[in-house]
Amino acid sequence: MTDHAFSSDISPGSQTLDPHGLARTGGHAARSATGHGEGGPASKFVTVAYGFWIFLLSDIIMFSAFFAAYAVLAKAAAAGPTGKDLFEPARVAVQTGLLLTSSFTGGLATLAAYRRSMAATQLWLFVTGLLGAAFLFLEMQEFAVMIGVQAGPSRSAFLSAFFALVGCHGAHVGLGLLWLGTMMAQLWVKGFRADILRRLHCFGLFWHALDIIWVAIFTLVYLLGASS
Amino acid sequence: MTKIASKTGEIKDRRDSAPGEERITENEMAGGLSGYLLGFGLAILLTIASFLAARTDLIYQPAVVSALVVLAVAQMGVHLVFFLHLTTGPDNTNNILALAFGVLIVALVVLGSIWIMAHLDENMAVMTPHQAGTMP
Repeated sequence: MTDHAFSSDISPGSQTLDPHGLARTGGHAARSATGHGEGGPASKFVTVAYGFWIFLLSDIIMFSAFFAAYAVLAKAAAAGPTGKDLFEPARVAVQTGLLLTSSFTGGLATLAAYRRSMAATQLWLFVTGLLGAAFLFLEMQEFAVMIGVQAGPSRSAFLSAFFALVGCHGAHVGLGLLWLGTMMAQLWVKGFRADILRRLHCFGLFWHALDIIWVAIFTLVYLLGASS
Repeated sequence: MTKIASKTGEIKDRRDSAPGEERITENEMAGGLSGYLLGFGLAILLTIASFLAARTDLIYQPAVVSALVVLAVAQMGVHLVFFLHLTTGPDNTNNILALAFGVLIVALVVLGSIWIMAHLDENMAVMTPHQAGTMP
């Protein structure tokens, strides 16, 4: 195999100083180059993950519209309750810890899948799901409390934007939990097949991306909203 | 190290990395369990720093907003590097370019909306008492 082709790209004095195989002089470069005819397209693992990466970035662009709406409407409380009255920093801190830890355990599940350890993979996926569910429970509880004190989405433009943005993230977490359960079942029944590993990899990307969006939410919505 | 090659049961592509794919090479710090632990620790520290900045008087108050934004961007960077395994290597060019385009659109949408709406707000005529009375 052409194992040396990747690792020697940046080492001085090696034969391949053409990282993208453009020269196509040697047989190795031509065979391993992707998108250059002879090398053939990238492997299915790469194309699937790249396609999902494009989806995630589109999803983040959709979130940016909700963020823009919230940023514009954050002060439009219509003489009703503001973020300072409604947000509970302790709850948000716990939610942040839960989601961050679930992202970490999701990474541990990925590592366990690399080792082909079914028990460890299922265990860490299960822990990831539990943490995600606890996060979602706290969020639903917060929504219920807010609606209970007449601060539902119809109260003001600020609250409409808040429920749309945070609710959209919550919906993503909920769908992610469904996906997680499906992946656990598929992994259990079908084993470490190539297609199952691709799906598991895409799920990992999705879960980490949700954590990135939550970083923006807890900073821009909760911390800024509760301090100003 | 050689295990990585058979990770997906397919012949490994040596030119491009999939997004999130962990390709352990020499001098790799963001790989394996230690990479996840390091990322987790950094994310926790940045989260605590964010909460301290927002909830205490440690920081000069008018600078709190900037500090929070910087800490959030830093934490997103930590997630991208340690959890999503994005690198600046040649095998990651496609992933980085897609991300850069995404960041450009997000910045245009968010900053553009705030900018335009702030100007509209400032140039809006003050409501007359009659208009205010007919508001829903």
